[in-house]
Amino acid sequence: MSTSKKALLIDLTLCVGCNACQLACKEVNHMPEPEKEEKALSVSAYTALDEYDGVFVRRMCQHCEDPTCASVCPVGAFTKMAEGPVVYDVEKCIGCRYCMQACPFQVPRYEWSSTYPRVQKCIFCHERLAQGLPTACSEACPTGATKFGDREELLKEAAERLAGEPDKYVQKIYGQQEVGGTSVFYISSVPFEQLGFKTTLQNTPLPQLTWNALSKIPGVVSVGGAMLFGIWWITNRREEVREVEREMRNQEHKNNGKNEVNS
Amino acid sequence: MKKFLTTFGFWKVTAVAIITAGLYSTYVRFFHGLGASTNLTDQFPWGIWIGFDVLCGVGLAAGGFTLAAIVYIFNIKRFEPIIRPTILTAFLGYVLVIVGLMFDLGRPLQIWHAIIMWNPRSVMFEVAWCVMLYTTVLALEFSPVILERFHMTKTIKMVKRISIPLIILGVLLSTLHQSSLGSLYLIVPDKMYPLWYSAYMPVFFYTSAIAAGCAMIIFESFISSRAFKRGLELNLLTEISRVCVVMLGVYSIMKIVDLNDRHMFSLLLVPRFETYMFWAEVAVGVIIPFILFSQKKVRKSPNGLFIGASMVVVGFVMNRMNIAITGMEGWSGATYVPSFTEFMITMMIVTIGFVAFYFIAKYFPVFTHEEHHDGNEPAHAATAWKHDVESVSRRTAELQN
Repeated sequence: MSTSKKALLIDLTLCVGCNACQLACKEVNHMPEPEKEEKALSVSAYTALDEYDGVFVRRMCQHCEDPTCASVCPVGAFTKMAEGPVVYDVEKCIGCRYCMQACPFQVPRYEWSSTYPRVQKCIFCHERLAQGLPTACSEACPTGATKFGDREELLKEAAERLAGEPDKYVQKIYGQQEVGGTSVFYISSVPFEQLGFKTTLQNTPLPQLTWNALSKIPGVVSVGGAMLFGIWWITNRREEVREVEREMRNQEHKNNGKNEVNS
Repeated sequence: MKKFLTTFGFWKVTAVAIITAGLYSTYVRFFHGLGASTNLTDQFPWGIWIGFDVLCGVGLAAGGFTLAAIVYIFNIKRFEPIIRPTILTAFLGYVLVIVGLMFDLGRPLQIWHAIIMWNPRSVMFEVAWCVMLYTTVLALEFSPVILERFHMTKTIKMVKRISIPLIILGVLLSTLHQSSLGSLYLIVPDKMYPLWYSAYMPVFFYTSAIAAGCAMIIFESFISSRAFKRGLELNLLTEISRVCVVMLGVYSIMKIVDLNDRHMFSLLLVPRFETYMFWAEVAVGVIIPFILFSQKKVRKSPNGLFIGASMVVVGFVMNRMNIAITGMEGWSGATYVPSFTEFMITMMIVTIGFVAFYFIAKYFPVFTHEEHHDGNEPAHAATAWKHDVESVSRRTAELQN
């Protein structure tokens, strides 16, 4: 078994909207037999097809290289595996939903109707990957619109496809740079912003934003602590000196035979 | 009806009504889940329980560390008469934040996981530890009041011995915690409306919390003076309002510089919902109270102080709600209005806070200095054993030296 990074390449020009990916996904994840196609991500649909004027867009977790969900989770319920999948450990989850709030792709879904809810999202068939198998969705795809492979090779292939038919494709691999890169790449003949993709995302990982603040904690604690102690020492000392002076003054008063005492 | 109300007291009836509705809502929340009890969705996973109960609960408790620093670190002892009620407000604030979290967390019984399952990259992890540690610190800071009631002089002595490290720890934890609530939102640069999103949110949260904490000290003093028919430490509150106005000034300057740096001034005139909410928040919470508190006449008048402080508190709440809700709605495409159950649970938590404060202040030596102040009669409940308490505290003070 190789531990090279895996990825998916989704070529929107090849997708015919047959929904085989969703069906295969449900089967492999032991979800109930669906009555009809689910048109949006949900706790029972890790992947779903959006349609924009005949163009089908497959939605799913992007499996970021530096996942925002994994960085924000207070109990570390999300893990980025060496092969690429971002997986969720329900045994750790406390249900704060910071992952949902933070995910730049708005992927995680919540079991709102449960009294003991879980977060749900695509897990990149990590158990199949461990057996050397591709993801269920890519295996089920009849047109090759979803292709599974090594991350670097898929990126190379995507670039080749763009270069091979420059008139057909928008010259962008969505997911290559977004928030520092992901494990799911899209290529398309229609500009991404018209297909509901977030195209304004920064190219560096989001966790850096919070780390900028978190990394200042040791400084705040040590400098702040020393400063507060220093201020207390000075003000306290001043108080003590004042006390002694007062006593000395009182002593003088007594020595002078006066009954009055400064209070 | 009118007779009924006067017999039992308007506030008591209101409190009972709110708590009853809150208990029903609690049942819905825990037996039917978050979906049945809230208007939260996958697109909008955080509502008023985070926006109000947590963000505002922690922020409004900021008076605790501010005043503790003034009295114990800067040794400005004349503020001592108001330190106990302020610490109590902060402590109750934090306890209620934890209560609010228990409602909001999907798996509240797993809340302790943060103690053993660490993720130091997570702001929420920092928040969790700050809540745990600072609540403990506040409990210790307040403990002498409880111990005095039971004349446990030895234990008081032990607590007083560690009081300075404890106060320093409390100030540090508060600084981290107040700012970390702002850091929580650093991770959503695309989702939050740019009038609010800024890399300096941690600093804004910190400064605005100090201003609001000062306002809460004034607000709480007024409410208590009426509830317990006791005198008002007007001179001290005047000075607190000066701290408040300075913090409001610092906050405004930073906010203006930040908007300018990010070239966002033009957004202030765009006719859309976010703009109106931003102006409302700034006008109520910053501009008007700044003008009011800048005038000596207002700072020295009880009514002026009360109105100014109330505005700062309301404006602060508007700011946190705008960040948690208004600022996040546009991007997500969802509109969020809290459900009846969400609202009633929040109301219940606030009510419990008021009731708890009332009873603790009634049966424990929270207000101990009223005889030094103008003519109003002292609290009846406190008088019975006040003498004991004062002799005990005097004795402890002697022992400490």
